[in-house]
Amino acid sequence: MGLTNSSIGLNALDSELVIKKKSESDKIVALAGNPNVGKSTVFNSLTGMHQHTGNWPGKTVANAQGYYETKKESYVLVDIPGTYSLSPNSPEEEVARNFICFSKPDAVVVVCDATSLERNLNLVLQTLEISEKVVVCVNLIDEAKRKGIHIDAKLLSERLGVRVVKTVAQKKKSLKELTDAIDETVNSGGEKFVLHCEKELDEAIEEIEKKIKPYLKGKIDARWLALRLLTEDISIKEETDKLLGKEFLGNEEINNFVRKKIKELKEKGFDKEKINDTVSNARIKKAEEICQGVIRYEKKHYNSFDRKMDRILTSKWTGYPLMLLMLAFIFYLTIVGANYPSEWLFGALFSFEDVLLKVFNYFNAPPWITSLFVSGMYRVTAWVVSVMLPPMAIFFPLFTLLEDSGILPRIAYNLDRPFKCCKSCGKQALTMCMGFGCNAAGVIGARIIDSPRERMLAILTNNFVPCNGRFPTIISLITMFFVAKGGGILSALLLTFVVLMGIGMTFLSTKLLSSTVLKGYPSSFALELPSYRKPQIGSVIVRSIFDRTLFVLGRAISVAAPAGIIIWIMANAHIGGETLLNIVSAFLEPFASLIGLDGVILMAFILGFPANEIVVPIIMMAYMQTGTLSDSQSIWEMKNIFIQNGWTICTAVCTILFSLMHWPCSTTLLTIKKETGSLGWTALGFLVPTVFGVVCCALVNLVYHIII
Amino acid sequence: MKDVFPLSELKKGSFARVYKINTCGAMRRRLIDIGLIKDTKVECIGKSAAGDPRAYLIRGAVIALRDEDSKNILVY
Repeated sequence: MGLTNSSIGLNALDSELVIKKKSESDKIVALAGNPNVGKSTVFNSLTGMHQHTGNWPGKTVANAQGYYETKKESYVLVDIPGTYSLSPNSPEEEVARNFICFSKPDAVVVVCDATSLERNLNLVLQTLEISEKVVVCVNLIDEAKRKGIHIDAKLLSERLGVRVVKTVAQKKKSLKELTDAIDETVNSGGEKFVLHCEKELDEAIEEIEKKIKPYLKGKIDARWLALRLLTEDISIKEETDKLLGKEFLGNEEINNFVRKKIKELKEKGFDKEKINDTVSNARIKKAEEICQGVIRYEKKHYNSFDRKMDRILTSKWTGYPLMLLMLAFIFYLTIVGANYPSEWLFGALFSFEDVLLKVFNYFNAPPWITSLFVSGMYRVTAWVVSVMLPPMAIFFPLFTLLEDSGILPRIAYNLDRPFKCCKSCGKQALTMCMGFGCNAAGVIGARIIDSPRERMLAILTNNFVPCNGRFPTIISLITMFFVAKGGGILSALLLTFVVLMGIGMTFLSTKLLSSTVLKGYPSSFALELPSYRKPQIGSVIVRSIFDRTLFVLGRAISVAAPAGIIIWIMANAHIGGETLLNIVSAFLEPFASLIGLDGVILMAFILGFPANEIVVPIIMMAYMQTGTLSDSQSIWEMKNIFIQNGWTICTAVCTILFSLMHWPCSTTLLTIKKETGSLGWTALGFLVPTVFGVVCCALVNLVYHIII
Repeated sequence: MKDVFPLSELKKGSFARVYKINTCGAMRRRLIDIGLIKDTKVECIGKSAAGDPRAYLIRGAVIALRDEDSKNILVY
């Protein structure tokens, strides 16, 4: 592929995990499992936490820690990224592997999906090869029951030699058994599992095991390490050095012995690949054997509902139209549903302004202070809250529903082909979807892509889908300039069109990048399509309001308040008879008019760098020139103010386009910096959407002036 | 002699068993991780809206594979 992690700078991932114990006696419990088994739900139910906001759609991409207590013990619970096996294929899986193998947690809970238990057992067995302190948590048991799949936990426990519990993670009650099992396991574990495969290989492993055992002092499982040495797995070097000191892997006596064994095995036909295959095959066969009699299927076609849904959602004729329809419908609900609460919030927040004025007057505050805080800071903040909160509070839950129901992976599945044409992969569609919520989340979400080159593509192009901070701007401009009063459906359709353009630009920029700076071939692709699940409406609302809406809103407000002050100062400070605002916008005017905007709009986008939500309020304030927002806030009066300031249809189109395509907000850029660990790539992340936006706006402006 | 053909040619709704996996590196490991080894039963359950990738039922889980990857998996 040419590009490796280090050449592309994707080394900045948290490869190490710092555990924060509340007290010395806290026990550390790791939560492992395949992707999509409801691991995070188990985590949340146990800790009573809502996963911290770093985790957005689909997958735990960062390590989360939480605390819980039982009558007997207190615990630090560590949620590690989902992984199919302990031989890592990606940096995230390496984090998972390293934590389980090298940090010796007091217990490991392996969460399994009851509907595909056999596959999940592969990870269970691998974990059991390293640690005997394992609890197997067979989750989603309700779903399995619905599909007529029965699991004999008792028999499974006997065969595995460790405790097995069945859970429905959303139901807290069902977790009692799990916490009991963990309590018992931290004090007395079960049995380690010893995997036996072909005789020649087994003997070689055992000999190395015996040889290295004295050096390990019980810190690492000898048999596991023996196999790693035999397959010359270099990915364990760093952690092994840290744990045992550099002397261990540098020990020539051991190295010579291992080399001799490798040579012997090679002569018998066991090269590295063959050894790995043999071991994996033996383990999978073992899992198969264990499952005999443990899993019982009641119905033959237990997946028929999923297949029916798939036939509709992924068929040649209905697949794409349905995806579009869903997108438009979500926008429609968001726009229509947001109208009333928005008006109500306007009313409430602006009548509170009178109260504020009275308070300031009561304390005899100087007029400029009153003006600065009430007309400057408070009004911008109130504006942002009333414009932002309602659409977010509707959009986020709807989006979380899509995510929880299992529809998002189908979107990635359908879009893989188009993305492959741009030499990328369908998983980029998932990060794109996350971008609708927040681009910074989309950038972090790119960790689900294994190939470093494709991950970089997803990171650099994520900004082309408008995030929630930009929706209100685009929606209000569409409604003002292109829709007659009350046209909810038309607004939604136009918004869908704008979003489609953003998606089109995503493809175009991906293609451009992959034929210039990020050359390469599309890597292989294996995506799991999980079962459709009935979303838990209650938890969806709680999660999306508390974890996302309030978080994003908080960020917007913390930016809006100081921005309100800055704008007020700019509008009221005079230099040579001109306000600062006029000077700056006059300076920006020549360039801005080239791309169909004006100085004020461009300035608003620059000031909106920390949060795009404040762009329209700033434009409004600047036009009012008093440096404060008028309290007549109807959207149609706003349109009049815009038109009085020289807006045409072309200005509106260009502002919408520029809102869709310009530099990412400061949070997103910081996230790009963190994820890529390189200033160069961050600069590219800044430039790509900006250049696209400037070119598109300039073209629209040019065409408009030729026609008119 | 059994009739061996690439997985990508497996008809929708029918199933076959793995004969040999002809890829190497990360993809091979990924396939083995999800339980795809010799003699594993694989059922083709459909294709995406664009025709490629296709979805396969492997050990109770549905996995999407591109044709260019699945043509390297021989089945019988």
